[in-house]
Amino acid sequence: MTTNDLTPTPGQTIGPFFGYFNAAEQVHLPFENGDNLVPPGDDRAIQLIGTVYDGEGTPIPDAMIEIWQADEHGNIPNQDGSLIRDPFAFTGWGRATTDNVGTYRFTTVQPGATDEGKAPFIHVVVFARGLLNKLHTRAYIPENKGLANDATLSALGDRAETLIAKRDGKRLLFDIHLQGNNETVFFSYPGMDYPKP
Amino acid sequence: MTSTNSPKLDPLATADSQETLSSEIQDISTTYEQSVQADPKREETQPRLNYPPYRSSLLRHPTKDLHHTDPETIELYSPAFGHRDVHQLESNLTIQHNGEPIGERIVIRGRVLDGNGRPVRNQLIEVWQANAAGRYIHKRDQHPAPIDPNFSGVGRAITGDDGTYEFTTIKPAPYPWKNHHNAWRPAHVHFSLFGTDFTQRMITQMYFPGDPLFALDPIYQSITDQKARDRLVATYDHSITSHEWNTGYRWDIVLTGSQQTPMEDEDHDH
Repeated sequence: MTTNDLTPTPGQTIGPFFGYFNAAEQVHLPFENGDNLVPPGDDRAIQLIGTVYDGEGTPIPDAMIEIWQADEHGNIPNQDGSLIRDPFAFTGWGRATTDNVGTYRFTTVQPGATDEGKAPFIHVVVFARGLLNKLHTRAYIPENKGLANDATLSALGDRAETLIAKRDGKRLLFDIHLQGNNETVFFSYPGMDYPKP
Repeated sequence: MTSTNSPKLDPLATADSQETLSSEIQDISTTYEQSVQADPKREETQPRLNYPPYRSSLLRHPTKDLHHTDPETIELYSPAFGHRDVHQLESNLTIQHNGEPIGERIVIRGRVLDGNGRPVRNQLIEVWQANAAGRYIHKRDQHPAPIDPNFSGVGRAITGDDGTYEFTTIKPAPYPWKNHHNAWRPAHVHFSLFGTDFTQRMITQMYFPGDPLFALDPIYQSITDQKARDRLVATYDHSITSHEWNTGYRWDIVLTGSQQTPMEDEDHDH
């Protein structure tokens, strides 16, 4: 195996015109049932819902959120078909845009632990006008016994709370604060450069 | 006296002039260059999230340090896409309607590689763009340039086994925006990419060589390093140009490195 280390291409903002989907038309990135990883009527269905806020607490109406997750048994999907949505095939990936009041919503399943004792989470990536590169975060499933032993969460102290979704019946609430007192924890992974002045 | 066809001044646009913006851009650039000269390890390869000349970034960037961590479980894998998801014709943006779109027909061709130089095979690549008059199909785009009924400006493709992709489209035009007074974006095509690990997910913009708006544009200049900015600029390639049909551009894309343990048997499931 060759390991030529190449410098990654820079990211750029998604801008304001990444498109929309409504019953009448599909424009650019959003697509029909992109936010429904399982059909809303599915017995297993839960909703992952939240609002994206800026540093003044104003909702962001032009963000795009993607999620990627294991199924309810903790299996990592390896199945194509996300863009066409076979209701009997769980592909683990979804895409939603925030609405006029900054809210996104997904219909999905609650992910199971990928390994025994591991705290399950839904991986979330955020794109928005005004946001010059992608941001990665995690929505951890609440009330899971794995949370207490999770090394990543422990390292974050009080800020870990921003990563744990709140349960409201069949809904998991996960607000995202790009800035401010409740700023969500965002992750960088090996090879990523987030330069600061 | 303006005619009724003239664009009206937008009250939402800031009153800052291009000169004000350009001077802010220049100051940041000068400081950056001095810093890299003093310590080459400070070289930047990605945009700054906090880039004040791009006014919308002010309240939309995290102020706390990002938490550096190794990818875990699902983050070491990526969603799968295939020809079930994307028809081959979706990579041709000029045949989506009954007639030919107006504009300069171009082909953009390149490869998607990971940070270790390996091709990103059989993965989804999406593009979207303005038309030849600088107008997007979008509810919020009210720029008074014509919509082209034969051009939607969206395309999809699945990369080949060697990571190659190709789109046939028309060259987009620059368009005005509201960052400051008389602000214009350089012509660009938006690209959306997936790798083998979801942490490689990225969205960016491809530009065209020699655009006179480069120096004036805070989004392009948010990448403070010229070598890094150059990585977003396609190369004119006459071998992609074809006789009496299209001009051609080449643009290769590098994602971050994959953190997956390399598999002994890489499956080719098609």
